[in-house]
Amino acid sequence: MFDPNKSTPKVDHEEKCSGEAKYVADIILNNTLFAKTVRSSIAKGKIVSFSIPELPNGYYVVDHRDVVKENYVKMVFTDWPVFTSERVNYIGEPIMLIVGPDKLVIDEIISQIKITYEEEEGVFDLVNSVAHKSFKKGDFQEASKRAVRTIKETFETGYQEQAYIEPQGMLAYLEEGGKVTLIGSMQCPYYIKNAVINTLGYPEDKVRVIQPAVGGAFGGKEEFPSTTACQLATAVVKIKQPIKMIFEREEDMLVTTKRHPSSITLEAKIDENNKVLGIKAEVGLDAGAYIGLSAVVLSRAMLAVTDAYTIDNLDVSGNVYVTNTVPTGAFRGFGSPQMIFAIEMFMTHLAKDLGVDPFAFRLNHLVKQGDLTSTSGFFRDPIIMKDMIKKAVAMSDYHKKIKEYSKPGVYKGIGMSWFLHGCGFTGDGESTHIKSRVRLVKDEQDIVYLYIAAVDMGQGAKTSLKRVVAMVLDVPNEQVVFDYPDTDFAPDSGPTVASRTMMIVGGLLARAAQKLKDSWQKGQYQEIIEQYKQPDYIEWDESKLQGDAYPSYSWGVNVVEVEVSPITYEVQLKGIWSVYDIGKAIDERMVIGQADGGITQGVAYGYLENMRHEKGKLRQKNLTDYIIPTSMDMPPMETVIMDNPFLYGPYGAKGVGELTFVGGAPAVALAIEDAIKRKVNRIPATPEYIMELINNE
Amino acid sequence: MNKIKFNLNGQDVSVELDPSLRLLDVLRDHFQLTGTKEGCGEGECGACSVLINGRVVNSCCFPLANANGKKILTIEGLAKTKRYQILKDAFHIEGGSQCGICTPGMIMAAESLLSMNPHPSDEEIRIGLSGNLCRCTGYNMIIKAVQKAAELGAGLW
Repeated sequence: MFDPNKSTPKVDHEEKCSGEAKYVADIILNNTLFAKTVRSSIAKGKIVSFSIPELPNGYYVVDHRDVVKENYVKMVFTDWPVFTSERVNYIGEPIMLIVGPDKLVIDEIISQIKITYEEEEGVFDLVNSVAHKSFKKGDFQEASKRAVRTIKETFETGYQEQAYIEPQGMLAYLEEGGKVTLIGSMQCPYYIKNAVINTLGYPEDKVRVIQPAVGGAFGGKEEFPSTTACQLATAVVKIKQPIKMIFEREEDMLVTTKRHPSSITLEAKIDENNKVLGIKAEVGLDAGAYIGLSAVVLSRAMLAVTDAYTIDNLDVSGNVYVTNTVPTGAFRGFGSPQMIFAIEMFMTHLAKDLGVDPFAFRLNHLVKQGDLTSTSGFFRDPIIMKDMIKKAVAMSDYHKKIKEYSKPGVYKGIGMSWFLHGCGFTGDGESTHIKSRVRLVKDEQDIVYLYIAAVDMGQGAKTSLKRVVAMVLDVPNEQVVFDYPDTDFAPDSGPTVASRTMMIVGGLLARAAQKLKDSWQKGQYQEIIEQYKQPDYIEWDESKLQGDAYPSYSWGVNVVEVEVSPITYEVQLKGIWSVYDIGKAIDERMVIGQADGGITQGVAYGYLENMRHEKGKLRQKNLTDYIIPTSMDMPPMETVIMDNPFLYGPYGAKGVGELTFVGGAPAVALAIEDAIKRKVNRIPATPEYIMELINNE
Repeated sequence: MNKIKFNLNGQDVSVELDPSLRLLDVLRDHFQLTGTKEGCGEGECGACSVLINGRVVNSCCFPLANANGKKILTIEGLAKTKRYQILKDAFHIEGGSQCGICTPGMIMAAESLLSMNPHPSDEEIRIGLSGNLCRCTGYNMIIKAVQKAAELGAGLW
């Protein structure tokens, strides 16, 4: 009866157009106070003393001395203080909050606060490793002996700022009985709840987290909001009045987590038939001042080492380095974009160095069903990359353009990336750490309520997850209700990250809905709880990083065409074509919306979005100097979704959100490389870098 | 303090507030018109777009004093019009809204564009919306939505 591909109206479309949708900044409670953070102005040192002016009535200081129990924000790695007490480790580190009724008075108070530091020399290079990982496949040493050629290159990637248009923000208040309630812009209600429970030492039923409308997140609202939540929870327990903290854009840019800058060295061993026998990879990620999620980001980067290629022998190692800079964290792709950029450039460079056609060379190494993954798991499911590549080549007229643009003096270029993205948490993370649960409730009127912690941050989860349940139950969409998550009602269905929402949470909902359908009793209250169960075939050794790193993979091909100005070296995008295998599109229009947005961010990561620091001080601090694409920067895009249903996904669906990001940077970098006829080893490929490449020959 | 008088969404209003306040804050805090969003506070993102005498303006960079005697239209005012219905439907048909934080501003910018140029080309729409940042869509679906609105609402603008 239902066609999953078919698009339905987004359930929140009306309220988002009319501006009635309530984001955290729009929620007004009586007697709400405002909070602003006092932050360190140096990158490393000791706080010697501080002086605070006499506070007017109704204004408060909240700092580490007010922390109820644990002065750390609970994350994967718990090293991030709620408020720093003695030492500061980056510019912008929170020291205290100033809370009160008038924002202008708060600003005035903050301008009078004087902090004296004993400054120390900061560390800004990748030298302090705090997490090391490694894995092997086959026998790289042995492969080296058979090789006739060794080629080694280093690739570098910069920061990227999520630049969601709604800045970070949170509102905290006490309910009767002292329950601490937080409403905020977030991706992971339970990350916040667990972090607040940890810092307050409260029982589970005394902390409540509610999601309002969220104005974009892209990973930036994965772990960072937990820090704001812990600070505000501390403040609200002390002051006992509602407190709101909305970040200004500059503060948001300067102190929230960003994509990890990376340095990746790849060394290939090649035989006489131009076959890559083995790759040795060394990955370095800059975590900033605290580790947070960085070790997990490192894993994902390392696991993507061979991208959409099969290489039999691997020696992969990686390090997370701490520096005295703003902490980096989750951002769409989660480590994979850095690696996919490096390997895609590397494979093309290898072919060029060997004097063979890069297209044919890459094709010779393309993954086939049944091949071993980088961690010696299996690519079990059918892989349709060859058809996808064929489609993308035809859509973009790739071969003709490659030939035409190779002529000297032509500053046009075309680049094509091939890529995969592992869906869901790495390895057995879903079953050992997340243990998702979903809850369906049917009332006496036969209205079905979805209780899950999955967040709609714009990607359309509210519409698509509701639709999955309605389709399985075979009832109209209107008979199913899915309100924004509230931890008092929704069980922990896991964070809204890792391209897991449709495949994992949607899959659980489909199973729960099937159970409800099978036991449906008209006019009676019914409740179904469904818990995640790992597919039997998954075998994973977390300590050795061996086995099936992901339950399934989504696949993609991106083609980007550019023109580079030979005078200003500015890059203009001329066309973008994409083909994806996401199993099955649930609501195709929504998927294409994700795809357009994903590649826009991915391409911009490759050529446009430039953020750097000088001794820990970020040089770009607002949307005036950190440039994200406008409507005039983007060319028309054409996207095709190919069906390749995944057995365990709802209606065959796999992950989509991150996949559409990861191929953008290598595609545009390869296009620029094609246009300027010089190798690109660094992103963003800014006009300055392109000039350097052209002039330094 | 002098009274500042202006027409807001069709009604004459007068306020006695600090004239250096940002129009954005006056709209949101004083009139509780929270459909006008703040994305950057520096005139880059356009989430706070309103129409002042029919032209799209970033209300975060517009001091209240300058509002005196002007006609100001916010998304709440536009939402009562037929043109808005067309724009909203077109954004739905083409999938032009995702997280929604830029959407009211986009719709204000589209209204301003279409009222000056009822049948814009793709390029003209891209220029017309270039002051409004969207991080979710990559713009194509928004461009198509404005084209669709021009088509569905032919004669309204």
